[in-house]
Amino acid sequence: MTLGFTLAYLTLIVLIPLAGLVWRSASLGWGGMWHVATDPRTLNALKISFGTSFVAALVNVVFGVIVAWVLVRYRFPGRRIIDAVVDLPFALPTAVAGIALTALYSKNGWIGKWLDPLGIKVAFTPIGITIALIFIGLPFVVRTVQPVMEEIRKEVEEAAATLGATRFQTITRVLLPGLTPAILTGFALAFARAVGEYGSVIFIAGNLPYISEIAPLLIVIRLEEFDYTGATAIAAIMLIISFTMLFVINLIQAWSRRRYGYAT
Amino acid sequence: MKHSRFSLSLAAALFAATVSFQSLSAAHADTTLLNVSYDPTRELYKDYNAAFAAKWKADTGETLTIQTSHGGSGAQARSVIDGLDADVVTLALESDISAIVKATKKINPDWRTKYPHNSAPYTSTIVFLVRKGNPKGIKDWGDLVKDGVEVITPNPKTSGGARWNYLAAWAWAYGQYGGDEAKIKDYIGNLFQHVPVLDSGARGSTTTFAQRELGDVLLAWENEAYLASDEFGADKFDIIVPPQSILAEPPVAVVDGNVDAKGTRKVAEAYLQYLYSAEGQTIAAKHFYRPAEPKLVPADILKKLPELKLVTIDDPIFGGWAKAQPYHFGDGGTFDQIYKPKK
Repeated sequence: MTLGFTLAYLTLIVLIPLAGLVWRSASLGWGGMWHVATDPRTLNALKISFGTSFVAALVNVVFGVIVAWVLVRYRFPGRRIIDAVVDLPFALPTAVAGIALTALYSKNGWIGKWLDPLGIKVAFTPIGITIALIFIGLPFVVRTVQPVMEEIRKEVEEAAATLGATRFQTITRVLLPGLTPAILTGFALAFARAVGEYGSVIFIAGNLPYISEIAPLLIVIRLEEFDYTGATAIAAIMLIISFTMLFVINLIQAWSRRRYGYAT
Repeated sequence: MKHSRFSLSLAAALFAATVSFQSLSAAHADTTLLNVSYDPTRELYKDYNAAFAAKWKADTGETLTIQTSHGGSGAQARSVIDGLDADVVTLALESDISAIVKATKKINPDWRTKYPHNSAPYTSTIVFLVRKGNPKGIKDWGDLVKDGVEVITPNPKTSGGARWNYLAAWAWAYGQYGGDEAKIKDYIGNLFQHVPVLDSGARGSTTTFAQRELGDVLLAWENEAYLASDEFGADKFDIIVPPQSILAEPPVAVVDGNVDAKGTRKVAEAYLQYLYSAEGQTIAAKHFYRPAEPKLVPADILKKLPELKLVTIDDPIFGGWAKAQPYHFGDGGTFDQIYKPKK
């Protein structure tokens, strides 16, 4: 009963739209698909999309874990407010985030005007894209890691300390292994979200072909040409790459859970 | 107990939904007209809708609600293709309306002949908006590729306005290089090397230029240029009208399939026809669109729109939209070619 319901629901919400996508792009044939995939413009856009998303997800893992740790282990005034603030990127319309970030980082913005004399350009470059993606991805890491951290009791750290472990050893040998599956999930979510992001990026990217043009923009460009097949072909390629990467991350996660995980 | 409370609240929710649905359909009793337009006409149609609704009320006694939707011209055309219930479309490009004709047959193929001046009640052209005092001395299209000049224009792939910018530059280079296509492409390629940001729409570029203070010159619709200098202060910008530019004829059409289904044909046709009246033309000119019938407009409003040489899209340089669109902006068209990295 529940299995049937789950499958029906997944089919309706996820599989049918995706099948439509694959079906539409299939009319290109493998040759046409390969032609789209190896077009230098498409390749560059894919490289930029996946590259900036990867860097952004890495940054989010490092700082997201730190933020989660502080929220779990420290009690300080305003903690609940900070805790709520973490979710804001979820709720804020992405276009608003993009415009706000562009205003901050362009050369006359609050942050940009300090960076510009140093020759650092953020807005309208891939760095700007990465910053927008870091912004929207942060809550994914914090919210996946936080509940697992809450399960780790303080006694575990104390036990490690009494057995002679240094702070560094406690973190790398005791705490992180148990968190690895959750961190990987957070990474995968932040990464997947970033790859598909359009609204916030489009304002800060600059959108120059071969330099700061993201793959979702290329899809929109194909749509503007009323070239639905070309658009779905790029979408299908993104889908295949994303699926492969998420699948690999899931495998690593399963492996690390067997190797280190608290839950068995 | 818990169960019954749940069904009670469910019933309440259903009831509320029914009520709001009814009030929604009550609001539809008066005639509603949906005009699907493009980005820079926001202010124009705000004024025009009020004027037309007042006239319609005086003529027929009917209260008319006019809604206008704005967005990128191509995206707007796609929403109509995908089923948005537009009564009239007032878009940036002939090719966008042609796309609706081709994909849905909701607009009769002879729509261009339905209204005077090829169904273009107002026209516009592309001018330069520069920083006050024109510090880089930009007077003509050739000055755009001088060393150290940064040009702001949106992406021709996603913005109708940007296509006009592109074609205006092309037309100038065509005259300059006697039609030698390799040299024209060199110029255009060089021009886009001077573009640091390609925003997806015309409004985005205006913001980039006026608020982010990026670039030395903004290629813009004439009306958008005046609007920006009104909005951000006339002491910050100068408008430079180059000796030659392009004549953009944003067309209008009744969406026949939709008005016949909704029974709004009469009001939709009157709505577009009134654009050609003295009042409609004056409102257009006040918003810095060039009226198709300038003699209907008071001279003091017209004088803000100086004469210049204007090339049309039907000039042999371009050969009409049906040819220019794929040649320049299709996949692999001239715009894609100038961005191909040199091997």
